[in-house]
Amino acid sequence: MIEFIIRRVAQAMLVLFVMTLLVFFGVHVIGNPVYIFASSECTRECLDEIMANLGLDLPIWQQYLMFLGNLAEGDLGKSFTFGVPAMSLIWERFPATLELATASLAIAVAVGLPLGLYAGMRPDSLVSRAIMGFSMLGFSVPIFWIGLIFILTFSVRLGWLPSVGRGQTVQVFGVPVSVLTRDGLAHLVMPAFTLSLIMMSMVIRLTRAGMREVLHADYIRFARASGVRERRVIGLHAMKNILIPVVTVLGMEFASVIAFAVVTESIFSWPGVGKMLIDAIAVLDRPLIVAYLIFVVVMFVTINLCVDILYSLLDPRVRVGGGGP
Amino acid sequence: MIRLALALVTSAMLAAAPALAQNVLTIGVRSEAATLDPHWTQLSADLQVQEHIFEHLVDLDSASQPVPGLAVSWAPLSDTLWEFKLREGVTWHDGTPFTADDVIFSFDRLAAGIAGAPASPAFTLAKGGKVWTRVDDLTVHITTNGPYPTVAEDLAMVPIVARHAAEGVTPSVDFNSGKAAIGTGPFMFEEFSPGNRVSVVKNPGWWGGDPGWDRVVFRPVGQDAARLAALLNGDVDLIDYPPTVDLPQIEANPNFRVSTIPSDRLIYVILSYRHQEAYIKDAAGNTIFPNPIRDWRVRRAMSLGIDRAAIRDRIMGGASEPTRNIVPPGFFGYVDELQPDAYDPDEAKRLLAAAGYPDGFSITFQGPNDRYINDARIIEAIAQMWTRIGIRTEVDTMPRNIYFSELIRGAPETFPGFDMPKFSVALTGWGTVAGEATYTVSGTLETYNAATGGGNGNFGRYSNVYVDALSIRAKQTIDRDARLALLKEATRIGMEDYAYIPIHFQVNKWAMRAGLEHSPRTNERTLAWEVRRVQ
Repeated sequence: MIEFIIRRVAQAMLVLFVMTLLVFFGVHVIGNPVYIFASSECTRECLDEIMANLGLDLPIWQQYLMFLGNLAEGDLGKSFTFGVPAMSLIWERFPATLELATASLAIAVAVGLPLGLYAGMRPDSLVSRAIMGFSMLGFSVPIFWIGLIFILTFSVRLGWLPSVGRGQTVQVFGVPVSVLTRDGLAHLVMPAFTLSLIMMSMVIRLTRAGMREVLHADYIRFARASGVRERRVIGLHAMKNILIPVVTVLGMEFASVIAFAVVTESIFSWPGVGKMLIDAIAVLDRPLIVAYLIFVVVMFVTINLCVDILYSLLDPRVRVGGGGP
Repeated sequence: MIRLALALVTSAMLAAAPALAQNVLTIGVRSEAATLDPHWTQLSADLQVQEHIFEHLVDLDSASQPVPGLAVSWAPLSDTLWEFKLREGVTWHDGTPFTADDVIFSFDRLAAGIAGAPASPAFTLAKGGKVWTRVDDLTVHITTNGPYPTVAEDLAMVPIVARHAAEGVTPSVDFNSGKAAIGTGPFMFEEFSPGNRVSVVKNPGWWGGDPGWDRVVFRPVGQDAARLAALLNGDVDLIDYPPTVDLPQIEANPNFRVSTIPSDRLIYVILSYRHQEAYIKDAAGNTIFPNPIRDWRVRRAMSLGIDRAAIRDRIMGGASEPTRNIVPPGFFGYVDELQPDAYDPDEAKRLLAAAGYPDGFSITFQGPNDRYINDARIIEAIAQMWTRIGIRTEVDTMPRNIYFSELIRGAPETFPGFDMPKFSVALTGWGTVAGEATYTVSGTLETYNAATGGGNGNFGRYSNVYVDALSIRAKQTIDRDARLALLKEATRIGMEDYAYIPIHFQVNKWAMRAGLEHSPRTNERTLAWEVRRVQ
């Protein structure tokens, strides 16, 4: 297991290095942030001064080497726009995104799993067809549109829910959390549900497919024949096997939901990292873009690692073969 | 565990109970403020929030004309010496008296350079070679290195920070935490929560009286539709930049109101004057020599071929003011005689034929797609109109982060120090921030000169000695009437020569709930004390 983890971390370092190279030079090719920040009255002299101030006057390879040097010391640079260390900005906003992603994951599982189970057990019923139709919509209708329709319905027409930003937060172990207040929950419901739709659809489809496959397996028949209660057959024996693909997919999906909740965050003005990334790209805030992407790579690697560990808990075969031939 | 959660919930609910007696204004803004350090950037999103806390020696009224701020009066004592008299009895938010030392400190802070700041107003402060000296507690002298008329207009761009609070602090960071965010303005720092809200509370000791609100909250809502929804459902009281397509519905709804004022932002088409232009080609696909744009008849044809009224009515939802001027009405330098060109495709075709292009030619028309109101749609509409008069126009729009790099220094330098923009025909905008035309004339019409800064916004490299002579003289003329005459003449010559093609001034709109009244400003800022409650 330890060897496996070390290998994973080494891979991650390589990915990180290649990624910084791509992003650094890619952003450089797009354009120069000075032209966005400088006022229209700024002359050439003034533009050159700003570039020197931001360290953009050096040749790009030299800037990159400096960046690597700082990175080795754990310094990802300061955001041009905010003037504060890029990493501190990410940490400041990350709890909001994590909360949104976790809430939507919870909704996806809480709603998707029972629906998927039902659809798998009674594949031909009308209700099952409706469920599958819904999952199809969840996949195919753009999130952007769904979010706006939710806002129009629940906040403009009915006036039940607020549509802007995050609600009241309370500090839990120093981290601001909004699920514990009524105001916070009210603000969270719509964006979390919107964000959960794709994951929910995926859970429904995977659970249904898994269920249909598993129900015909020998060990299920055997369990039934030996008189195990139906509840236990489905809830324990079938479920354990269905969950493996669901966990894999959700693990990957969860990482991308955190990393790229951009659309949902911008519709609901959720103060998370996704929205910050888009703003950073719009003004070519290079340190912030690079820092964020490094953060995302690290996060993906960590989540994948967690998924692998979770596997071994769910599936003894992985554990046995873990050492590997 | 459950008990802990319950306790948390109850305590949080108690904390959330709103103070009803408070008089709160919540503003939904398109772009969020990234810093409260007023010397950090010059982005309007930052400045409009900072202006609630920090003030300038010179304020701008709603038409961007200079009025007394922290200075009660100013006057030139000679061609190169200006005296500013400071307001008496002004105190900082923490009670410390405001004096000339704070002014000198603020100017010195900028002149010394702020490490990492992407665009401080240091450049504006340095223009004209200004040198500042403290005469006494309430008097500051500014000397310039030559006759320089716009000292007051420049100082309207330079916020004053408190010496005792801002000396030695970390730029941006310590302002955002509130430590150095101590100003003289109508509101005091309360909370800065990036991406979520910035809030300020009333300064009871403001020299300008009661700003009208106990608390003002800015909430960034970047999406147009979401911002409008937030207004409709009451999450916010007022929004900037309501989406133009929805304006008629909001205006018709008795529960909401709209405030309107023409902005100082001119939207225009730049034309490039190199002898050969990469994006101007004949039917065979070769670049044309000489560049047809150097012919006045072609430029006039391009202007006559644009139906500005159609752009206003069908694209801008009525929110634009077609023009042939370079500053909006009411600004110092507006020329009454310059009326927008009427749409005349037949005359345009005749002019093209007379210039030797009976079959027209092909161009690529470039521009941003996320910078100005409806920019990409305006570009597409103009492309169709030009194609109709025989100038076959291809459209190439791009995000602003690419566009401005290419516009300002996109082409390789032909010789060192001589920047060349990349585009041949492009849509862009110019805001006249100081309320007067001196730097609009100098910036957009004067011949490009990296050393003097003349023509630094003259992206097409137009060059006309008559305009240059007038503009350079205007920059050194202290007498207002004489300067006005010079500026008007320079504008008239440049615009009658079609140096570039003005399309319109954007019209600023705000939407708010009924029961509010807003006196809008030309420079697009939303200031809480200009919003009043009405019965």
